[in-house]
Amino acid sequence: MSSADTLQAFKRDGRIVVVGASLAGLRAAEALRGEGFTGSLTMIGDELGEPYDRPPLSKQVLTGWVSAGDTALPRRRDIDAEWLLGVPADGLDLATNRVHLADDREVPFDRVLISTGVRARPWFVETEAALDGVFVVRTREDADGLQRAVAAGPSRVLVIGAGFTGSEIASICRERDIPVTVAELGPAPLVGALGAMIGEVAADMQRAHGVDLRCDVKVTRLEGDAQGRFRRAHFSDGSTLDADVAVVALGGIRNTEWLRDSGLAAGVWGIACDTGCRALDLNGLITDDIFVAGDVARCPNPIYEYRLISLEHWANAVEQAEVAAHNMVSAQADRWPHLSIPTFWSIQFGVNIKSVGVPTFADEVVVTQGSVPDHRFVAAYGYQGRVTAAVSFNNAKWLDHYRQLIETAAPFPPPCPTPDEPADAKPVPVDFPGPTLLAQGATVVVTGHDPSERRVTSVRQNRRR
Amino acid sequence: MTTTETPDTLHRILDYSARADPYPLYAELRETPVALQEDGSYVISTYRELMGILHDPHLSSDVRNLSRPMPAAGGRATPSFINIDPPEHDRMRRLAMRHFGPPHTPGLVNSMRPDLTATVSSLIDDFAGKQQIDIVDDFAYPFPVTVICHLLGVPRGDEAQFHVWVNAIIDSLDYNPKTDPKEKLDNGLQAGKDLHQYLGGLLEPRHDRPGDDLLSRLATDDGPDGRMTDEEIISTANLLLIAGHETTVNLITNGMLTLLRHPQVLQRLRDEPDLVVPLVEELLRYEPPVHMIPWRAAYSDITVGDTVIPKGSQIMLMLASGSRDPDRFDDPDRFDPDRQDNQHLGFGSGIHLCFGGPMARLETQIALNELVRRLDNPRLVADPPPYRPSPVLRGPIHLHIEQS
Repeated sequence: MSSADTLQAFKRDGRIVVVGASLAGLRAAEALRGEGFTGSLTMIGDELGEPYDRPPLSKQVLTGWVSAGDTALPRRRDIDAEWLLGVPADGLDLATNRVHLADDREVPFDRVLISTGVRARPWFVETEAALDGVFVVRTREDADGLQRAVAAGPSRVLVIGAGFTGSEIASICRERDIPVTVAELGPAPLVGALGAMIGEVAADMQRAHGVDLRCDVKVTRLEGDAQGRFRRAHFSDGSTLDADVAVVALGGIRNTEWLRDSGLAAGVWGIACDTGCRALDLNGLITDDIFVAGDVARCPNPIYEYRLISLEHWANAVEQAEVAAHNMVSAQADRWPHLSIPTFWSIQFGVNIKSVGVPTFADEVVVTQGSVPDHRFVAAYGYQGRVTAAVSFNNAKWLDHYRQLIETAAPFPPPCPTPDEPADAKPVPVDFPGPTLLAQGATVVVTGHDPSERRVTSVRQNRRR
Repeated sequence: MTTTETPDTLHRILDYSARADPYPLYAELRETPVALQEDGSYVISTYRELMGILHDPHLSSDVRNLSRPMPAAGGRATPSFINIDPPEHDRMRRLAMRHFGPPHTPGLVNSMRPDLTATVSSLIDDFAGKQQIDIVDDFAYPFPVTVICHLLGVPRGDEAQFHVWVNAIIDSLDYNPKTDPKEKLDNGLQAGKDLHQYLGGLLEPRHDRPGDDLLSRLATDDGPDGRMTDEEIISTANLLLIAGHETTVNLITNGMLTLLRHPQVLQRLRDEPDLVVPLVEELLRYEPPVHMIPWRAAYSDITVGDTVIPKGSQIMLMLASGSRDPDRFDDPDRFDPDRQDNQHLGFGSGIHLCFGGPMARLETQIALNELVRRLDNPRLVADPPPYRPSPVLRGPIHLHIEQS
């Protein structure tokens, strides 16, 4: 049988399993059917209920405008899948091509797509995390609970972490006239994603809207009352704060633990893959039948020096899902690379923030259009003299242009004036906080002597923090 | 130029003889995506390059940035936001949008649906007993004019008067000093002054006695950006009145013409009224009312593809050509209401994306649905129909039909 015949037979009768039934998983399943895959399709998800959309959870759901239950993802076509919901996968056997489920079931596959995403990073002390009034925001249930707590009119909300999610939640509290304190370990909100210059703008925005913003400070302890209700927070500077809701917005943890013994290159940064979304094994070899998409994927980007980058962005999940699905049912020569430039958006304090590119891959930033004091501007990011990213505040319609500049490695700072160029358009250092997390240490070691026996094995992480 | 030389593609497009079917000439134009013309202007005709330049912050909409002044540029008072750049453009458009769309007035367009349907119905009622109907004069013109007058607060009874001015202004938009009599330009300038004065007269009393119309709301509203000056209100009203006249009428007429040329689609629309939504999108791609933006300016040097367009150059954007680019749309010369991923250039793109787009869509959807529902076996009297002179705002000047 020729390889074309094999592919046709696979498209007709093959078995595809999608592990992770959220945005990336659903879009991939739809794309597989769209590509003419008529074989069996199994969707595995640890949550009960159909796939839903997450961006509204920290926005429209918290305002009470949309209920958490009304965030189901629209279906673009019938995917005719078998759904195994409410039970997580807990193993992947590459030798026998089976997914192992936590309830001991095994699901065989010819090809598998891993889109298990990210879960919320919980508060680090379990008993404090369990206090009534302490929330994370990742799932529909999380958002529903927080929405009710906010609607009840708390005397004060403490938001721990001033990244995008934390800042959006603070914004909604202020919109509802609820006193809010934001505690941030870094020097300013959003600074980890967008750098010091934008961080300063974000800090101004929060303070102008009445947020009690406390930077360069760590929350050390959450204190409850006798009834187990959260009442007070303790800070590293010795101060305390009384509040009745605490929102832990400290980012996410990639759901890769279930792959620990699979032999895939999976770890805290995600699952490494090539631009075709094919997973790498521990040795850095491309697998044939294992594909990855969404928040959990760690994909090389040629624009950013082939660095493996994992992104928790909506558009990234959709685009990787479509590329992965296409490649799962295509011959070698017809495969697509995932080369789209990342985009991201947020709405907070009445400002639409949108970015294109990878702002952390930069050494300088310059405001190219508009006015920073008015919170309407575009800032371009540059790395060693070329444009690598751009961020807009209430000015998103220009970003396509900056995407083109990034794709074509256009010079930084952009040389030509625009009609709305600010008078003081001077590049400044981008200034990100130090890469503390980069020091998480080795995850693999090499064994063996010659190519036939040289292999990599994973190192158990027994060091803590 | 010698007499034997064939005029270049652009001039053949601008010539009236191409009006009924400019599309083969657009295909010719697309062979050079960025084409330098003899007069130093640049014509852009391919989808990718158009999209690029429409999002390029170095492209200016303000003719004062042209190194060679436009013939029609003089004499204009405050330009409307279609003709100015950020940040002033953004402020003006925001101030106007407060009363027209989200986030401050999200439901306005949709709330007009019953009125639009009633207006359409009564116009079609008047077809009764007529041997021949002119889709333009009897329907596609009076409908959007009634709507925009009502919205702005311009008396519908004054229509005969300002119709003459609007026509003269439209006529002068594509003024070419080489071929057009100067009279055409002068008429346009005078009409602009007359219309300006007329709108000023309507605005003045609204400061003290505001009604529920857009003129009144612009005259009395204070937002975070402050308030428009009277001159700004007049220029905005001017823009909306003209745009309300000359775009939707062509979209509806082109739509009816296209349906009559595709009887199976017409029958399908009769059976499935919901088809009208993608159908109008396809219409905006396939037979758009606005074919080109003739007068953008390079604010700085602009790189498009491999071409550097020097600062101060005039740039013509051939939107209708981009929407028929085979590199972007499969089988682009086919009218296909089921087309997927139909990101046409019918309303432009970027910061000047048509302000009235949502209203034009709804008007056309209602108009076409009612026409196909109520007309009995309609037939074209002449194909192609006679066209208006303008190559910029293109559409039939009359569309005669007969029905059983």
